[in-house]
Amino acid sequence: MEKIPEKNKEIIIKNDSIDMANCPTCSTKVRIEAKNLTIKYGKEFGVKNVSVPIHDKNVTALIGPSGCGKTTFLRCLNRMHDLNKKVSISGQVLLDGQDIYDSKVNPVNIRRKIGMVFQKPTPFPTMSIYDNVVAGLKLVGIRNKSLLNEVCEKALTQAALFDEVKDRLKSPGGSLSGGQQQRLSIARALAIEPEVILMDEPTSSLDPKSTLKIEDLIFELKKNYSIVIVTHNLPQAARVSDCSIFMYLGELIEYGKTEKLFKNPSDKRTEEYITGKFG
Amino acid sequence: MNIANVKQKSLKQRKIKDNFMVGLLYLSTLIVITPLIIIISYVIYNGINALNWDFFVHELGSPTRAMQGRPTGLVHTILGTAVVDTLALLIALPVGVGSGILLSEYPDNKLNPALRIINDTLNGMPAILKGLLAFALIVKPMGTFSGLAGGVALAFVMIPIIARATESALMNIPWSIREAGLAIGLPRWRVIMSTVIPAAKTGLVTGFLIAFARAVGEAAPLMFTSFGNNYLPKHWTGMIFGPVDTLPQRLYSLAISPYKEWHAMGWAAGIILLVFVITLFIFARVLTAEKKYES
Repeated sequence: MEKIPEKNKEIIIKNDSIDMANCPTCSTKVRIEAKNLTIKYGKEFGVKNVSVPIHDKNVTALIGPSGCGKTTFLRCLNRMHDLNKKVSISGQVLLDGQDIYDSKVNPVNIRRKIGMVFQKPTPFPTMSIYDNVVAGLKLVGIRNKSLLNEVCEKALTQAALFDEVKDRLKSPGGSLSGGQQQRLSIARALAIEPEVILMDEPTSSLDPKSTLKIEDLIFELKKNYSIVIVTHNLPQAARVSDCSIFMYLGELIEYGKTEKLFKNPSDKRTEEYITGKFG
Repeated sequence: MNIANVKQKSLKQRKIKDNFMVGLLYLSTLIVITPLIIIISYVIYNGINALNWDFFVHELGSPTRAMQGRPTGLVHTILGTAVVDTLALLIALPVGVGSGILLSEYPDNKLNPALRIINDTLNGMPAILKGLLAFALIVKPMGTFSGLAGGVALAFVMIPIIARATESALMNIPWSIREAGLAIGLPRWRVIMSTVIPAAKTGLVTGFLIAFARAVGEAAPLMFTSFGNNYLPKHWTGMIFGPVDTLPQRLYSLAISPYKEWHAMGWAAGIILLVFVITLFIFARVLTAEKKYES
């Protein structure tokens, strides 16, 4: 194994040594900040003492072998673990400086700011394409038709789906192909205009063409949103992300600019993972 | 020994075994169906002659009516059954669905283990005890037998079935649907009402129909709750607040009566009840079949 060159040592970032306010890797402000975040399933550790910033108008990729805690970490960022009583969380997740796990905070409000797209497309089975997209608005009492129409068209256009479905908005969401359903799920997440979007392997069940469309979409979205994406597809992480977080066995091993992390990883484990020696 | 021969032999054996097992399955199906066919045809054979226009437009009255050949029928029984069963459904639906939602959607709820035991006990409890319960709860305080008391007694029959059906129908909906709802910032009750329940609609309705069909055939809980009545009440509210006739309980009292004219009417009541129950079950089947087609 080659010795890590001296000049790259500076980007080795240990958990406790990240300077959050002046993160060396990005110029935009910090949107979400995990501080000493530990997540346990019963007695087992899912995520161990992770501290990391997520920057605004930026794509952050979470990479690492299966079971390393990527998804666990991601779901923690919009309180999706709340329903599972076996999960215990310690540490903090700050959204614009406020701890989202504070007892005064309503998780519903957090999730309207931090949207999520799941690994598998999850259209609401009984709803039309239109109703799926505007579900987040309509079901909380927004009835203004012209507003809903506008939001629906905008979200579907953003998700690169509008042209394909504009003539059949009233047909069931489940009638679309897998790739279209995933873009529908993305449109639904965009419709409530969140500030941060979490994506959990959004393209893992899609064909290359749909994957490409979603990657293009991520490029578009990053202009306005901050995005965190979990992916097993390393070339994809390299293509779409600005920063990358490498996790292994629940720990944050390395965090930094994607280019550096992929070309000159500081940690031996990162290098081995990226070069396909394990994982 | 040639390996090809061994394969050939075992394949033959497998085919014989396979056919034998399939034969056993057909046999057990036949055993299940035979009594049903016998019951249905026997009831129809005995009751079909009593099924005439009078049967549907006249009330029963006293036994002399039938013996003197004056028009008599069970219109009050059919209407009474509709009233009592509807009341039972109105009472059982919210309670049953509510506890089903609690069991399925709030698995961490501390009351759930107790709720499950109560539900299973209630399901296994003899129906006549449910009648006694309704007697104590409604008939005693009101001082009269009533359709309402009958409805409550039948509701006790329906509630555990509806609760179980609701629980399993909701559990069949993938957890990801709930997460997708939460992820777009919907409150949890809204996720349940607007995404989970509509998705489970078919399963829910099927469960309701099965519970309803089950309660429709119960006679025991009605004996000392709705009690029975040979006449149509003067006002329709009399069916709710006074003693009222229902098909299963009337069938029983006609069957044990000493008049052969009434026996025939009992068989006819049996036909009506069978047709009603079978229609409900076929309806439930059609709904389930549609669900399979969709997926």
